[in-house]
Amino acid sequence: MGEGIQTLQEFMKQTKGILYLLAIAYFVGFVAFWKFLHGREKNED
Amino acid sequence: MSGAAATVRRPLLSLSNIFTGVILLVGLWLTYLRFTGGLGAVTNLDHNNPWGFWIGLDLLCGVALAAGGYTTAAAVEIFGMKKYHAALRPAILTGFLGYSMVVLALLYDVGRPWRLPYPFFVSPGVTSVMFEVGACVLLYLVVLFLEFSPVALEWLGAKRLRRVIVRLTILLTIMGVVLSTLHQSSLGAMFLIAPWKLHPLWYSPYIPIFFFVSSIAAGLSMVIFEGTLAHRNFEDKMDEEHKKTAADVVLGFGKGASMVLAVYFAIKVFGVALDNEWSLLGTGYGLWFLLEMLGFVLLPCFLFAVGVRDRNLSLIRWTAFLTVIGIVFNRFNVVWLCFNWQLPWEQRYTPHWMEIGISVFVITVGVTVYRFIVTRMPVFYEHPDYKEAH
Amino acid sequence: MSTSRRKFLKWMSAAGAAAVVPKKARAHEQFTGYPDSYGVLHDTTLCIGCRRCEEACNEVNDLPAPEKPFDDMSVLEEKRRTDEKTYTIVNRYKPDGEDKEPVFRKFQCNHCKEPACASSCFVGAFTKTPEGAVVYDASVCVGCRYCMVACPFDVPAYEYDKVLTPRIMKCTMCHPRLLEGKLPGCVEACPQEALTFGKREDLIAIARERIRKYPDRYIDHIYGQQEVGGTNWLYITGGPFEVLDFRTDLGITPAPELTSGALSMVPVVVGLWPALLGGMYVINQRKDRMAAKEKREAVNEAIETTQSAADEAMKKAAEKARQDREKAVEMAVKKAAEEAAKKLEGENKGKES
Repeated sequence: MGEGIQTLQEFMKQTKGILYLLAIAYFVGFVAFWKFLHGREKNED
Repeated sequence: MSGAAATVRRPLLSLSNIFTGVILLVGLWLTYLRFTGGLGAVTNLDHNNPWGFWIGLDLLCGVALAAGGYTTAAAVEIFGMKKYHAALRPAILTGFLGYSMVVLALLYDVGRPWRLPYPFFVSPGVTSVMFEVGACVLLYLVVLFLEFSPVALEWLGAKRLRRVIVRLTILLTIMGVVLSTLHQSSLGAMFLIAPWKLHPLWYSPYIPIFFFVSSIAAGLSMVIFEGTLAHRNFEDKMDEEHKKTAADVVLGFGKGASMVLAVYFAIKVFGVALDNEWSLLGTGYGLWFLLEMLGFVLLPCFLFAVGVRDRNLSLIRWTAFLTVIGIVFNRFNVVWLCFNWQLPWEQRYTPHWMEIGISVFVITVGVTVYRFIVTRMPVFYEHPDYKEAH
Repeated sequence: MSTSRRKFLKWMSAAGAAAVVPKKARAHEQFTGYPDSYGVLHDTTLCIGCRRCEEACNEVNDLPAPEKPFDDMSVLEEKRRTDEKTYTIVNRYKPDGEDKEPVFRKFQCNHCKEPACASSCFVGAFTKTPEGAVVYDASVCVGCRYCMVACPFDVPAYEYDKVLTPRIMKCTMCHPRLLEGKLPGCVEACPQEALTFGKREDLIAIARERIRKYPDRYIDHIYGQQEVGGTNWLYITGGPFEVLDFRTDLGITPAPELTSGALSMVPVVVGLWPALLGGMYVINQRKDRMAAKEKREAVNEAIETTQSAADEAMKKAAEKARQDREKAVEMAVKKAAEEAAKKLEGENKGKES
């Protein structure tokens, strides 16, 4: 039997799986980056 | 100003409570039948028609009509439209209860409801559009719960916890819009896998966008509709700000809904043009499509516009109701009436009365919890201890 | 070179070879499926409708006994479909009229190369095996029935009458038997060789050859070669496929491709929406802060203007009061002087007389 990805289904399983994890990591990272970017602003009233 | 001039007495054995009680009892009995006899005992689902009334009403309509949560939150918190603030808590409550009822309905519809956590914790089917719907609905339920929790926490007097959660508001709102965009559109995208089963006038590569855009119109209309019912039944619970800004909400959301429906109509026309389906408009299904487009999209779009221009609140309220019916009409067309359209009539599906009964039960549970919450917690009024929050 | 170093190098090169660089999601361009996977060729011109395949399937898979026995041909009077107790059925067709010879066709899961059921299942309950069979794992199935919606051939059936263990039921191509080197039950039972088992590529060649040799006997098309991206169960017939309940409107796009577009928008929304919405929020906050600032400044200015106007008015009033006082004092002094002068005049007049 061959190795590696043989069908589109397998390909999508791998790529979508990675993408979901990346999406979650991105959201967490986005919030962190946002806080970093706006960190030193004095809070005007 | 908090509290009310005269609180309406709400006796336990009122007519509406008795009515509710009967529905709940019948629902419990139907639940017993479902879980002792299986799906076959209470539904008319078969091998050709695996999805029916529950998926149509409780899932598709339920999710679309609970969209008032994210649309109102976006309007108030992201776009800064503070004058709609009074509509925010009721919309979030409706959203939270709406999505909770979707999950409740799913417990009846799937074959093994105790396995509902499986896609997330046991075996993720990441190639499936439905996986994405499930993941986003689950996360969005958490968001809605957190967005609603300050209401309960104010009622319970948990000041510190409430403060912590309120600081998350903008983050939760943004997450809510992201998650709602994803799952509202993906509910439509689920049907992309069966182009041969959905009538070409409803099937389109644009179907995810159709579902997303129409969910905005659905949400705005539901806020107006539900506000109308609330003013009729819970006026005694409303504070001055709520009563004073009610007209602003109706006018503002009516204007928004009009614009969204206009855009929705246009992209539906683009969809017909994309697949060159003009000739289909003359068929039986074509007329049904025109009924949906002209009677339930273009007409309310126009009526909203007239109502806004003439400041005719009553017209806007009725149009909101018409739009809600139109959304239900569209979702039923996609999942039922125009699905398996090529099957001979004898093989088509009609719901069993028990399916309708359980749907009524689920909706009644939601309405009952709503009534409990709004008569006790600061949804229609500001809690005196937390005035500075708004 | 020591054994361990050799092993290490072997592993490294294997890892390198196995690392597949992702390519675009276009199955018919890129993914050819498992090589050497098996399939079945059904030649409907040879089928006599004896239903021995149905019987064998029932036995091999331990399915419950049907209402009517397998030698009861009256079932052929109606068109049947697969159900929760029946993985395969044979239907009878009379395309040339009631008095002519009927045609038969066996129906079961087509074991697609890119199965819609596998793509749509949100718990991954379906697997396309390297042997070619599409198999179902009941141990994760939640019973959502999306696979039934997705299947272009309407194959999967559901045990609606079971409460605790309802399953999807469909043909397995007898995958356990394949692993033992045996034939699927139906293929073994067919007395007419209407079913041929072999490698998919070989079956296509066989079908091509049959069509070439007997052009008047067959329609020049192998059903399943390209339909929905290709299936492992292939068919050749003597008459038009639609007549034998084959769907001919399915196209050649494999199922996963149908939803890959929508799914690829997920990362885009997740990526862009927070930035757009966050940006709008910040802009609105800024606008509100600017508006509040301007309002505050306007109020302050108004207060100042009012204050200075009030000060002005007070100053003027004070000045006027002072002037009035001075005048009053002047008047009083003048009056007093006049009165004093009058009095003196009066006294002087009295002295003179």
